[in-house]
Amino acid sequence: MSMSGQKSATAEQTPQRLWHGLAQLRHVREVNVLLAMLIVGALISLYTPYFLTTNNLMGVFRAFSLTAIMSIGMVMVIITGGIDLSVGSAMGLASLVTALCFDAGFGTSTSIAAGVGVGVTFGLANGLLITAVGLPPFIATLGTLSIGRGMMYMITHGVPVTPDTPEAFSVLGQGYVGPVPVPVVIMLALMVVFALVMRRTRFGRHVYATGGNEHAARLSGVKTDRVKLAVYVLSSTIASLAGIIGFSRYLSAEPASGFGSELDVIAAAAIGGASLAGGVGSVTGAVIGAALVGVIANGVVLLNINTYAQQAITGGVILIAVSLDVLRSKLTGGNG
Amino acid sequence: MTLFLEMHGISKTFPGVKALNRVDLHLRLGEVHVLAGENGAGKSTLMKIMTGVYRADPGGAIRIDGQDTVIKDPVHARALGISIIYQELAVVNNMTVAENIYLAREPLGRTGLIDRRKMNADARAVLAELDISIAPDTRVGNLSIGQKQMVEIARAISYRSKLIIMDEPTASLSHHEATTLTRMVRKLAAQNIGIVYISHRMDEIFEIADRITVLRDGETVDSRPAADMTRELLVRKMVDRELSQLFGAHLSHATHQVLMSVRGLGLKRPTAQGARVSDVSFDLHRGEILGFFGLVGAGRTEVMEMIFGSRSHVGTIAIDGKEVRIESPSDAIGHGIGFVTEDRKEQGLVLGMSVRENFSLTHLAEYCRLDVVNRRRETEACHGFVRSLGIKTPSTEQKVLNLSGGNQQKVVIAKWVARRPRILIVDEPTRGIDIGAKAEVHALLNRLTSEGMSIIVVSSDLPEILAISDRVIVLKEGRISGILGRDDATQEQVMLAATG
Repeated sequence: MSMSGQKSATAEQTPQRLWHGLAQLRHVREVNVLLAMLIVGALISLYTPYFLTTNNLMGVFRAFSLTAIMSIGMVMVIITGGIDLSVGSAMGLASLVTALCFDAGFGTSTSIAAGVGVGVTFGLANGLLITAVGLPPFIATLGTLSIGRGMMYMITHGVPVTPDTPEAFSVLGQGYVGPVPVPVVIMLALMVVFALVMRRTRFGRHVYATGGNEHAARLSGVKTDRVKLAVYVLSSTIASLAGIIGFSRYLSAEPASGFGSELDVIAAAAIGGASLAGGVGSVTGAVIGAALVGVIANGVVLLNINTYAQQAITGGVILIAVSLDVLRSKLTGGNG
Repeated sequence: MTLFLEMHGISKTFPGVKALNRVDLHLRLGEVHVLAGENGAGKSTLMKIMTGVYRADPGGAIRIDGQDTVIKDPVHARALGISIIYQELAVVNNMTVAENIYLAREPLGRTGLIDRRKMNADARAVLAELDISIAPDTRVGNLSIGQKQMVEIARAISYRSKLIIMDEPTASLSHHEATTLTRMVRKLAAQNIGIVYISHRMDEIFEIADRITVLRDGETVDSRPAADMTRELLVRKMVDRELSQLFGAHLSHATHQVLMSVRGLGLKRPTAQGARVSDVSFDLHRGEILGFFGLVGAGRTEVMEMIFGSRSHVGTIAIDGKEVRIESPSDAIGHGIGFVTEDRKEQGLVLGMSVRENFSLTHLAEYCRLDVVNRRRETEACHGFVRSLGIKTPSTEQKVLNLSGGNQQKVVIAKWVARRPRILIVDEPTRGIDIGAKAEVHALLNRLTSEGMSIIVVSSDLPEILAISDRVIVLKEGRISGILGRDDATQEQVMLAATG
């Protein structure tokens, strides 16, 4: 059979195998997005040398880190074939509840736990509405988005909450590890952990199978409802973490915090190769997608382009990235 | 009666299969022409050629009103006066009767908007012509299946069709509705419309047919006026075949020890469509291959889905004498049941995943420590099955999407066999795969029983059921109509039990 032949060929020709491996990378979506980002970065640095300074780059990283963190949860939801529109609300409400706890005189760990609790609650609500009630994910999370948003205005009456916080808490949003901002470190850590979870664990495999063909997965013994509940809880919880980091950075919980951020997060996942049809996508892809958008945003500022153009450019990037992907998989016979 | 459509020497070849071989068919206006034959005899392919879905192989000829014609596509077929009513009705439930009848050719007013009044009036006229008492503005979703069929017939008539093909129209109808339909068919014939009628029900065939043509293995084996046909002759024509040539000798590993006993199994929530399965009771013995046969809509798949927990049921299931609760597939899997589903693409495989990932999905925990998958052990196990089942794939990393049907089927079987279930349910194990692969699958099932597994095989391929089963259970309209031992299960006996 052909397999044995292939085996011996790969064993004896290591350089060729390496070259073949590099050629195969071309087919990996993350690599393409990473290349796109490097090209955009190179173009920007042609016009302004300031782009490539450590100072600027770390600023860029910190700027997109919250979107990237949330996209890690979002991409898992999208891989199951779902969508989570409520991440912005979960993020905002978590930062608000954390701020209110500090305001009421609770300690750092209690306040953070309360914020994370908000995320878990959001996730359970979304997950149960989708699995137990049977609502479409779009509707379920649209509802919780609105409820969360409404609650924020009801609690704050439109006024930011700015409590006194201990010095140690502000490290989360403002600190550095060497030259690297703490939110970026957290982003990288979460990326590594969840990339491994998705690639190497049974749970990760079940997430892909649920999105790839829910019926077949269920008939194979995968508890698809439990998988879905889990990804919504993870998504909201990770979003609440982003909310707490955001609060730690500015030490002010804004009533409009997280407003509209779900769209940036979904965009990051889509640019990073996630298919809204489910079954396809990756954690690293989503983070790189967020990075690409972040680099473009930075370029717009550095090159003195009208900042309103930034949103339009981001929109263009989404369309180009996903179109290229669709066209490519059409050319290779639906097997990209 | 005037000749309308003639088919001469029609053949159709699909990759690896000759579905039709030099078929002749003469269809006359005002005649009810029954097409009979087992599943897979070529009836559907023939219909699809008549309606322009498929193009026949070169060499044959189709004549309409005596003129050589190439039927280009379904729209062309309709323009030529040929309409078809499929078993799965093609109606839009959220639209009204009139909107359905005039779908995609809505009458427009001068403003370019739909002239609803004219549409309703036209629809009313067509319905009246056929004595169908349904208001044209009724939402189709509120109609029964029989009424929906009437809407489809009205649509065919509104196209001025000369030939209407009906594919098992009574399969999902109640007795009363079936009678109404038969009357309608006779009425259409009286209006000089030709009818091609596909049915498996003996009573119905002899009640309705003017002429009967029998297809078998893609060939016309008989065509004669219904008056010259008898029930026994028809069954013999349909099934006659040299079995021993197709299948090897049977080696039974069946014991008398009862492994699973099912009592009073029935659907908890019967749906309007599909079989109303009730009161199904049987035992499965250790090491046995138990065949389940029945016509389309008899409820075979429903029974298996209930046992596997993907459909809720009433009645009891006991394994090793202990009653078990099965409410989901994972419950069933936990009790040692595996299910090779009928539909590979929808239910069996995650097409975008690799052979390895599909293979291990049923038993991933075996390769895990602390939930982390040991990819090397997983790949090795998969390799083993690829070799032993002869799955033709360049590597275990190939997406199953790119495999042939037979190899996909082997992947589905592999993923269950690797879990080592005690009971394996196999629904249509060899549908759409070639003869060689069929024989391999049969040999594999036999080998598994020799290792003590019990297997339930569901198939609409009668020779297959007879060749590999130790016992055969026949279902008819949701109930067991016969349990036959291997020696009593002849083609005629099983067919009689299935059609009654």
